[in-house]
Amino acid sequence: MTDSKYFTTTKKGEIFELKTELNSEKKEKKREAVKKVIASMTVGKDVSALFPDVVNCMQTDNLELKKLVYLYLMNYAKSQPDLAIMAVNTFVKDCEDPNPLIRALAVRTMGCIRVDKITEYLCEPLRKCLKDEDPYVRNTPAVCVAKLYDINAALVEDQGFLEQLKDLLSDSNPMVVANAVAALTEINETSSRPLIEMNTQTVNKLLTALNECTEWGQVFILDSLANYEPKDEREAQNICERITPRLAHANAAVVLSTVKVLMKLIDILPRDSDFIAQLIKKLAPPMVTLLSAEPEIQYVALRNINLIVQKRPDILKQEMKVFFVKYNDPIYVKMEKLDIMIRLAHQANIAQVLSELKEYATEVDVDFVRKSVRAIGRCAIKVEQSAERCVSTLLDLIQTKVNYVVQEAVVVIKDIFRKYPNKYESIISTLCENLDTLDEPEARASMIWIIGEYAERIDNADELLESFVEGFHDENTQVQLQLLTSVVKLFLKRPADTQELVQRVLSLATQDSDNPDLRDRGYIYWRLLSADPAAAKDVVLAEKPLISEETDLLEPSLLDELVCHIGSLASVYHKPPSTFVEAAVPLRKTLPKSTVGGSEEPSLIGGTSMPSTQQTTVIPSQDSLIADLLSLDLTPHPSGGNSHQPYAQSAFSSGLDDLLGLGSDGLLGDSHGASGLGGTASPPSVGFGGGVQPMVGMAGAGALPFGAPTLPMGGMGGMGGMGGGDIGGIGGLGDIFGGITPAAGSGYAAPKQIWLEAARSKGTELQGTFLRRSGQIVMDMTFTNRAMQALSGFAIQFNSNSFGLAPAQPLQVRPLPPNQSADAALPCKTDGPVQKMEPLTNLQVRIHFYSHFRFMECRNSL
Amino acid sequence: MSSSAIFVLDLKGKVIIARNYRGDVDMAAIDKFMPLLMDKEEEGLTSPILHNEEATFVYIKHSNLFFVSMARKNVNVALVLAFLFKCVEVFGEYFKDVEEESVRDNFVIIYELLDEMMDFGYPQTTDSRILQEYITQEGHKLEGIAPKLPMAVTNAVSWRSEGIKYRKNEVFLDVIESVNMLANANGAVLRSEIVGAVKMRVFLTGMPELRLGLNDKVLFESSGRGKNKSVELEDVKFHQCVRLSRFENDRTISFIPPDGEFELMSYRLTTTVKPLIWIEAVVERHTHSRVEYMVKAKSQFKRRSTANNVEVIIPVPSDADSPKFKTSVGTVRYVPEQSAFVWTIKSFPGGKEYLMRAHFNLPSVISEDMEGKPPMKVKFEIPYFTTSGIQVRYLKIIEKSGYQALPWVRYITQNGDYQLRMV
Repeated sequence: MTDSKYFTTTKKGEIFELKTELNSEKKEKKREAVKKVIASMTVGKDVSALFPDVVNCMQTDNLELKKLVYLYLMNYAKSQPDLAIMAVNTFVKDCEDPNPLIRALAVRTMGCIRVDKITEYLCEPLRKCLKDEDPYVRNTPAVCVAKLYDINAALVEDQGFLEQLKDLLSDSNPMVVANAVAALTEINETSSRPLIEMNTQTVNKLLTALNECTEWGQVFILDSLANYEPKDEREAQNICERITPRLAHANAAVVLSTVKVLMKLIDILPRDSDFIAQLIKKLAPPMVTLLSAEPEIQYVALRNINLIVQKRPDILKQEMKVFFVKYNDPIYVKMEKLDIMIRLAHQANIAQVLSELKEYATEVDVDFVRKSVRAIGRCAIKVEQSAERCVSTLLDLIQTKVNYVVQEAVVVIKDIFRKYPNKYESIISTLCENLDTLDEPEARASMIWIIGEYAERIDNADELLESFVEGFHDENTQVQLQLLTSVVKLFLKRPADTQELVQRVLSLATQDSDNPDLRDRGYIYWRLLSADPAAAKDVVLAEKPLISEETDLLEPSLLDELVCHIGSLASVYHKPPSTFVEAAVPLRKTLPKSTVGGSEEPSLIGGTSMPSTQQTTVIPSQDSLIADLLSLDLTPHPSGGNSHQPYAQSAFSSGLDDLLGLGSDGLLGDSHGASGLGGTASPPSVGFGGGVQPMVGMAGAGALPFGAPTLPMGGMGGMGGMGGGDIGGIGGLGDIFGGITPAAGSGYAAPKQIWLEAARSKGTELQGTFLRRSGQIVMDMTFTNRAMQALSGFAIQFNSNSFGLAPAQPLQVRPLPPNQSADAALPCKTDGPVQKMEPLTNLQVRIHFYSHFRFMECRNSL
Repeated sequence: MSSSAIFVLDLKGKVIIARNYRGDVDMAAIDKFMPLLMDKEEEGLTSPILHNEEATFVYIKHSNLFFVSMARKNVNVALVLAFLFKCVEVFGEYFKDVEEESVRDNFVIIYELLDEMMDFGYPQTTDSRILQEYITQEGHKLEGIAPKLPMAVTNAVSWRSEGIKYRKNEVFLDVIESVNMLANANGAVLRSEIVGAVKMRVFLTGMPELRLGLNDKVLFESSGRGKNKSVELEDVKFHQCVRLSRFENDRTISFIPPDGEFELMSYRLTTTVKPLIWIEAVVERHTHSRVEYMVKAKSQFKRRSTANNVEVIIPVPSDADSPKFKTSVGTVRYVPEQSAFVWTIKSFPGGKEYLMRAHFNLPSVISEDMEGKPPMKVKFEIPYFTTSGIQVRYLKIIEKSGYQALPWVRYITQNGDYQLRMV
């Protein structure tokens, strides 16, 4: 006899029929009926109408039936809170049952019924069970406290359950300890302040329980240890020693959680010690073994290895071969392995890697093949010695004439040209042979870029570009922009015979196109060319910064944060939890502070908890933004022509370069994974990115290669490129004027806007704007005291933001008597910690006075 | 850090089992799972973790079922996946094949198990041997034979119950080594590793204390027994019964075993062993007409060993037809559904070399679909032989009643993921 028959009753009047059966005298019939009810419930039918009848069956001596009724209760109690009360008596009675199974079941189920009235009755049984003699029963309330905390945190604190839970940490039974620690960790994470501090003693207890509890319990304990900050090196080392054996556990979750704790503690230990060397040796084998697990687990392992390899490249540097792709790997495993192969590639193993990649490039899965071809390009850029072999491998692949392989190869060859200019032009002729087969915008744009860049060496460059120009209007914007730029380059290199072509393209771009990006870029070129061809040459043909070797590296502070989340979703997404969990808790995990030169806390002074999160959002209007951008680029040269300032000059030109000539390089490179920003940002912020780019460059030292599709900055470069023709382009326009007629004085400043309303901040009103004074960004603010008492002790902190903006000096505001205002200008620097914000222009600032924190968000234009 | 709900779905995404653990997600959100999965598949972006604005889905597929965990928090994915696999394992112990029909047939017991195995999203007791002691297929009466909670549930020894009795006390040890190999078309071995497992079947009375001695290199070196005939185990994984800290300290493998069958340990070593069975295939492809294969199989292990049930699997184009085979040893059959032919040799002694030829016709028109280049595969079993040279030196069994128990040891080497790429 099977249970499946319960699923098959779909007749009309079913509910009525069930009702009769539930109230039947015969126990057997009753049980059958409850099973039918559960079956219906499972497939999503609404059987809540049977609530009283099912609850009536609760008083039974049949354990199976009892469990089913409890299951029903958990599902429907919320929708029938008044009726759920009926069940309370039975629950309370069951909590006193001599059979521990029933006691535990009752408490467990009660905890799952999220109805306030039931919760009241839960406290007493819970308290009893926390002291139950049977460890099986003590297990249950440990978790139950976490349940209750989730429903009613205040109640848990008032009833003193937290203390009792803490007592369970010293329980004689290791499983109870593990569940208690799981509950405590969860409570700590959801509460706004840490309720339970771990100390050496508790940690010791946990480490003892670790050896004895189930595999899951071990994970709970390890995950809680990951949140603990040892007080000194000795303690850290002791923890390491005691958890290292867990690396030999068969359960992948135990292994990954152990790796997490070890990775975190390694940072506290003295560098280059023998102990660390030993530890690192022990870390590699278990991770390699994870790659023999089920593909799903492999995937999680690989995503984590990706982090670990970035944080400590030495751990797996010898293990390249285990990442070779197998024919029957699922595609998601193949893709991740490829990423790690690139990360581990270096001069010694590049030959092997290349021959593998070439093999992969002949497979059938299109996405995988594309990625393999790209990987070859990345190898070339990463390992200089291999560039030549990579290029010849790519040429071989082009010869296969497989359409998507050729296109992908063209795209990466463009990158190789960017990295090694004037080195491999001999292959251009081969590329040109495949011109006709390119039908994807990115490949076409890359090819056009190559032609424009090497126009002087390609005899028929004009003909080639002309052939593209013919179908100008059918092209994708990306291709159009690139075509425009390349034709201008061609003209500047060979002005004699291409004047007609350039005029045609300029008029196509400016007069026949309704795409603002294209139009604006067209106008810039036009003006440049007509005003001063020499300047145009300087701008358009400027030397480009080389692109960086390592693509898609995570930003260090993010990486540190993610290392603390190994094994969790965050480590798989490579995003901090706050970006996908809508938790109210701004608690940010990061590596311990003692890290030398490692992570740096964002420029906050206080702890990591933020008591108030009142936010004021200011969205700039479109025109003030544009005007602002204009002023931005004008102001840095108050002394006259930009040639007087060599420092500004270099950054300036590279910025400009990015906006104009190379904008689309950034755009092309965008898909290299540095950021998905381009697609997600809204138009105004795109313009903002474009405009702010040169400015960041100026402050952030010229070393950052702009427009490169690589560094986090470069990712924004991609955006800059995208906005390049649009608003950024106008910014560029300002530059041009700046070059011709030196502008003096300060530029336009946006009017102050209210950032913080008095009503929301206990009486302080804050207005402000950003402006630029002698090349420095200044946050100009007006504080108004609308409270009854005087305010004093002002201080300001910036959270990590997209531009690395941070105060250059402390905020200076005189004490404010009631109803008075004070102006404050805060100079800012842009070398603070950088973290991508959503939206990009989001800046969170904390103003501190009186010892209250004010937290505000300026989403503002600079 | 935990699951909010666990589901079992059929292939169409219809819910068969739904268990809500935390009440923080809308259970209806599971309806979005299948469409989401299909979208991702279409984009070629599948992964075992899917995400939409409502929840995160972590899932595995088993026969015609999806096991899905739904959550909203930053869950420990490794834990969730391990738990889902555990569910499949435990359900399997209860009703053998875990598939749509058997899950429907046993939904009541599954709910009982899910209730016991996880609480508020935290996995609890998942040892099927222990669970079977208090969750059984028959409905229980509370009076009379009320199910008693096995001590083991919360004991330090959570995997073994007390009071087990056997007339004859025996232990069977199987040392099974699987050879994973990847060779490229030029005949160079890219990767080779041995994944070994020590499996046990334990029929012992009481709470016995066991100690297993292997010819472990680290142990031998530390005890000054020299390097000869010892094996360096690169990464060892143990069943939870083994005292890990003890092993870390002095490499002793000591444990109280579960009752019955289980895997005590697994190990991995990367050694460049000579491929045990080497295949060379010469393919002559005459497009539009025919393709010919000349396959050479070579056994590269000692003469006194013999490989049994050797299968050489050679892929052929999917549109090949009219197979013709010629060989002096073994049998060959064409398996069109796998687009391959399989050469079976029942017994393949060491140091031998065999040949076979195959001939297929090809259609005169070429299909437009690109075909992949699947590798050749080899299956085999070599009894009484381990590639690594690992040996069980002793198995000490101590129980307070002082009985004598017999340990039996068996060795076998077999193929793991054994792939040779073709030109």
